[in-house]
Amino acid sequence: MSLHIHDLRATLEDGTEILKGVTLDIPKGEVHAIMGPNGSGKSTLSKVIAGHEGYLVTGGSVTLDGQDIFSMSIDERSRAGIFLAFQYPSEVPGVSNANFIRAALQARLPQGEELDAVAYYHRLYAKMDLLEIDRKFTARSVNEGFSGGEKKRNEVLQLMMLEPLYAILDETDSGLDIDALKIVAKGVNAMRAPHRGFLLITHYQRLLDYIKPDYVHVMAEGRIVRSGGPELAHELEKDGYEFLKDLAPA
Amino acid sequence: MSYQPSATLDAETHDAISVDRSKGDFTFPERNKLDAGRGLTDKTVDYICDVKNDPPWLREFRHKALKVFLEKPLPTHWASKDLENINFDEIRYYLSDGEKPKRSWDDVPDDIKRTFDRLGIPQQERAFLAGVEAQYDSEAAYSNVKEELTKQGVIFVNSTEGLHQHEEVFRPWFGKVIPTSDNKFSALNSAVFSGGSFIYIPKGVKLKQPLQAYFRINSENFGQFERTLIIADEGAELMYMEGCTAPKFETATLHSAVVELVALKGAKIQYVTVQNWSSNVFNLVTKRGLAMEDAEVRWIDCNIGSRLTIKYPGVIMKGRRARGEVISIALANTGQHQDTGAKMIHAADETTSNIVSKSISVGKGRATYRGQVHIPKHLKGCKNNTECDALLINTNSRTDTYPAITVKGNRHSTQHEASVSQVSEDMLFYLMQRGLNQGQAMSLAVNGFINDLVREFPMEYSVELKRLIDLEMEGSVG
Repeated sequence: MSLHIHDLRATLEDGTEILKGVTLDIPKGEVHAIMGPNGSGKSTLSKVIAGHEGYLVTGGSVTLDGQDIFSMSIDERSRAGIFLAFQYPSEVPGVSNANFIRAALQARLPQGEELDAVAYYHRLYAKMDLLEIDRKFTARSVNEGFSGGEKKRNEVLQLMMLEPLYAILDETDSGLDIDALKIVAKGVNAMRAPHRGFLLITHYQRLLDYIKPDYVHVMAEGRIVRSGGPELAHELEKDGYEFLKDLAPA
Repeated sequence: MSYQPSATLDAETHDAISVDRSKGDFTFPERNKLDAGRGLTDKTVDYICDVKNDPPWLREFRHKALKVFLEKPLPTHWASKDLENINFDEIRYYLSDGEKPKRSWDDVPDDIKRTFDRLGIPQQERAFLAGVEAQYDSEAAYSNVKEELTKQGVIFVNSTEGLHQHEEVFRPWFGKVIPTSDNKFSALNSAVFSGGSFIYIPKGVKLKQPLQAYFRINSENFGQFERTLIIADEGAELMYMEGCTAPKFETATLHSAVVELVALKGAKIQYVTVQNWSSNVFNLVTKRGLAMEDAEVRWIDCNIGSRLTIKYPGVIMKGRRARGEVISIALANTGQHQDTGAKMIHAADETTSNIVSKSISVGKGRATYRGQVHIPKHLKGCKNNTECDALLINTNSRTDTYPAITVKGNRHSTQHEASVSQVSEDMLFYLMQRGLNQGQAMSLAVNGFINDLVREFPMEYSVELKRLIDLEMEGSVG
């Protein structure tokens, strides 16, 4: 059982190829990290998996526990268990965080079934406490006027509330100070479980000090160019992405 | 639905306030003993006068109005050409079963009672209203106000009873805020009006619960022309709410009301409308309030449904420090044109007006905002704030804004802000990535857009409004 990406190719609407054959297997219970320089296609990979319509899949497959996800709409993929923590989450003016998360949970219930409001708030507050989020947060509009750190914590809160099978975190560490980073990591670590897989996308090794990956992959020019254990991240931290220059262009 | 704040209300209250259009889409056989026939001539006017036993002054008033109506051209030089599709010769101007309005639901004829039962009116009355009037085609079928209010001198009757039984209060203000010749449709209403409410709140009486009127069209090719006059005496306060529905007919139906509000010194009137007409109703309504010294008139207006709505609630601020406000929400879906706005006429020093308008255009729906703010040179210390925001959903939708702010002299302050936005692809992607389907995501975004205005509606209505928008949005995405 895994999130399986096989020889995935995708282009922008104008035909520019961004993903040039990505193969990656994320079994349940494992945390995989993808590192790489800007423009290597890391964020694109996460958006293509989630179903962003700005990209055209030109080859390959992505399956969720054996199920082809390209036949599913964005929301169906979400309900099937794929969660994307956004690098730049949208603001939704006038919609409170509490109502937003509640709507997302309600969308997972069978028709006619109503979310238990008391139990919902009970759970929401417990997760907010863990992420050290103020209670006033529930009434604020989704991401509106949030600091970078607040937005990222909100993404992790949603992850904790929606309990997906596979979570993709796109540069969740960017723009965070060390205290915020620790809190975010605490939330993610609390979600690690044998029945859940993680894909962390990050530019820096720093995040991986707090969320220990099982595997690290390096992405460059739309491909995975190296894979290894957690030690690979340290190597990259020390030597940077210099080694990429030595890789012959395809 | 994923997004259901109504869970906080008990089922009965929820049913009671429901103005879901599917709920309104039914009709009973016509039972009209009194029918003015099709078309509009002096004979039609005489028929209505005879049936209603109008006093001679009113008969004269109606005939003059008919002349004005026939002389005035349709305002198609600025308004929608769709007005030309109203066939005034085919419309039936007066339909009634000839019964007097009942004070008890038990006395209301069965089919009419069932109509209002299905729309939830009797429950609403029990749940949170101080008084109710329910109009069925041309006449009120029911009207009642809580006994303790009658004892305080509150009058809440239909316009016919108002002019017959309370002429001394009714007549001095009738047609004074909106003269017959104001526009073609105010003239039409003046000629053939029937039904609507007459309300008088005595000095210093402040109603804690709202009064409500419910307007129901049951007959095809029918024109409903209710006439409402509300007078709040010095220091009095009230909230009045109106709801409107009609079943879906094959042919166009016309609703053309005139509503006049008079807020005497220090009085406050809030007039709340939740209009949910079916999509073949021409809704051409003139609404205006007069605010004397320190008085306040607020229009809180929500327009969903109808084929064409033309409505610009207005306030004439005639006394010093008077305040006028229009809060409006319009949702135009495919096949609909909401042409709404506000008129603020400053006619005294230190008067303040506020207009907040939000429109949503979906599919081929079209929303137009027209605002008129007038502050003459000789006044001082007047303020106006105008905000109009439009949300476009879908590339086919259209929105226009025509603000006309005339401020003369330099002793005033005005502020105008307008914005047009779209539900962005990024926002939709974000919402859908959390598991909401496209309709649910749109509803959430739209509800967010109007959220600050929805709070101005009474709780019971705001919950229902959100639900109505959910229904509209769900139906609008393929």
